[in-house]
Amino acid sequence: MKEKWKRFRQSYLLYSFLRDPVAIVSLVVLVILFALSFLAPLIAPHNPYDMASIDVMDSELPPAWLPDGSDTFLLGTDIQGRDMLSTMLYGMRISLVIGLGAVVLQAIMGIAIGLISGYRGGRIDAVLMRVADIQLSFSTIMVAILIGAIFQVAFGVGRYEQLAIPLLIVIIGVAEWPQVARTVRASVLGEKNKEYVEAARVIGLSPMWIMFRHILPNTLSPVLVISTIQVANAVMSEAALSFLGLGMPVTKPSLGSLINSGFEYIFSGAWWITFFPGVLLVVLVLVINLLGDWLRDVMNPKLYKG
Amino acid sequence: MFAFIVRRITQSIVVMLIIGFIGFAIKHEIGDPVRDIVGISVSVAERDALREQLGLNDPFLVQYGRFVYNALHGDLGYSFFFKKPTTEVILAKAPATLELVFVSALIIILVSIPTGIFAAIYPRNWFSRLTMGASIVGVSIPVFLTAILLIYLFSVELGWLPSYGRGQTVNIHGWHSGLLTKDGLIHLILPSIALSSIMLPLFIRLIRSEMMEILETEYIKFAWAKGLRRRRIWLLHAFKNTLLPVITVGGVQIGVMIAYTILTETVFQWQGMGFMFLEAVERSDTSLIVAYMVFVGALFVVVNTVVDIIYGLVNPTVRIVGSK
Repeated sequence: MKEKWKRFRQSYLLYSFLRDPVAIVSLVVLVILFALSFLAPLIAPHNPYDMASIDVMDSELPPAWLPDGSDTFLLGTDIQGRDMLSTMLYGMRISLVIGLGAVVLQAIMGIAIGLISGYRGGRIDAVLMRVADIQLSFSTIMVAILIGAIFQVAFGVGRYEQLAIPLLIVIIGVAEWPQVARTVRASVLGEKNKEYVEAARVIGLSPMWIMFRHILPNTLSPVLVISTIQVANAVMSEAALSFLGLGMPVTKPSLGSLINSGFEYIFSGAWWITFFPGVLLVVLVLVINLLGDWLRDVMNPKLYKG
Repeated sequence: MFAFIVRRITQSIVVMLIIGFIGFAIKHEIGDPVRDIVGISVSVAERDALREQLGLNDPFLVQYGRFVYNALHGDLGYSFFFKKPTTEVILAKAPATLELVFVSALIIILVSIPTGIFAAIYPRNWFSRLTMGASIVGVSIPVFLTAILLIYLFSVELGWLPSYGRGQTVNIHGWHSGLLTKDGLIHLILPSIALSSIMLPLFIRLIRSEMMEILETEYIKFAWAKGLRRRRIWLLHAFKNTLLPVITVGGVQIGVMIAYTILTETVFQWQGMGFMFLEAVERSDTSLIVAYMVFVGALFVVVNTVVDIIYGLVNPTVRIVGSK
């Protein structure tokens, strides 16, 4: 353990991190946002899911510093009288859970498919990569919207809203796997003719073992880089789906559905219902993107060029 | 070259058949054509008779064959909400979407090419740094948020531009165009800016990085050594080769843009295909959803095939590698 810590302290990763103010600030902001969202039940001044504590009379109050604002609701209230700040914290938690879940799912799918495709080659490879190409040419967001639409029609709106979180994880995960699969396949192709793989094959190890225990560890750094950026993409996709009404219901809003619910009231001057969740969403996606960019530059500057 | 084109077209036909198959399977599983045609007051016996008559009791593959046959003849089913064939509904809505995409693509080309070239030639200039900084922020702002911001700023606060609808349109042989009237053009401004905002950063970065790479190559150095004029080297020698990757990415991004039209059209209540699609989802209009899917799928496939063929024409190495 101590050895590992020492190695980490002397690593190039840490060295370049400490010399990049943008990366430091991004990580700090990201950690704060994570802490805020996962500790939401402890920090948030109100509980937006507790119907008893919500009063319709409080609806559409502006932020506390404006006239008519109330001190109990720092960032104002939404149309149902929920405290904006608390609803946003809970909403960000949902957005992050879906984003991370979708990335885990697509990483599992992408790694498995990419490994098999790259290692086996031949016909399996051709078929799998064609599927990936076709899906990518449709763009992930289009695929996500189409699957979401079909799920909603198939399940019915009520059932869809009940199952929204797992369904959204599946939709976004399935829509985005080709990117991971392609990245993994490309590095597998680079690795599989190296001596250590040949040695493993000569001593008679099974292909499964070689793929997952020998090749996989050497392909993980590009996967890590791409996964970081994919979290940002997944959060964006979730927000887009929720904005279209194919995501989280208003009773359990994510950032996207909050923006959607506030959009109708922007014409009557209630800008804060859209504005604050919007800013939070942009900041969240931006810091993840900045971190992803930094990570890519440090780990593998040639990744996106290949 | 001919073999390349034939192979590419065969591929796209296979893709279309697969898309059609998925679409048909969805329709088969969750749609109900009988409900699409008759009301609630029709008896079970009559429904069964109609079911038999429509061939809904035939084997799955027979029905799929019929679906493909009908689709080739321009019949993608019947929308129960509009009481019209789905192809007719989609074709009536398509011009709005295509015009939006066209104007946005124009904005993207006109803005990203000069900016990208400039940022590549003068990477240390303050303007280039500002663009690069702004572009990463730009990628992080979802398109619907940009759209809402634009509406709030220019429609609600300043009251300069309209916030919804297409305005006045001109009917040219059934193509309702907003490009020819002043009112229509004014209505186009905000939606097209919103739609292009999501792609602009990507294209500026792409053009910049490709151009920078090419400016380091030997043949550009040789061109400098020959003493050619700066403009000629930048625009003729370097930029021409930048276009290759831009074409490929551009082709893929048109697909992304069609997807984002769904978001933009929702915000601006733009009467196009995306808006229609979302309404169809709300009404569980399965035939229309599937028809949209097949239509958009065909659009993507055609665009991608054309882009690939153009790419093959411009860059011979693709053909040679592929034709073995």
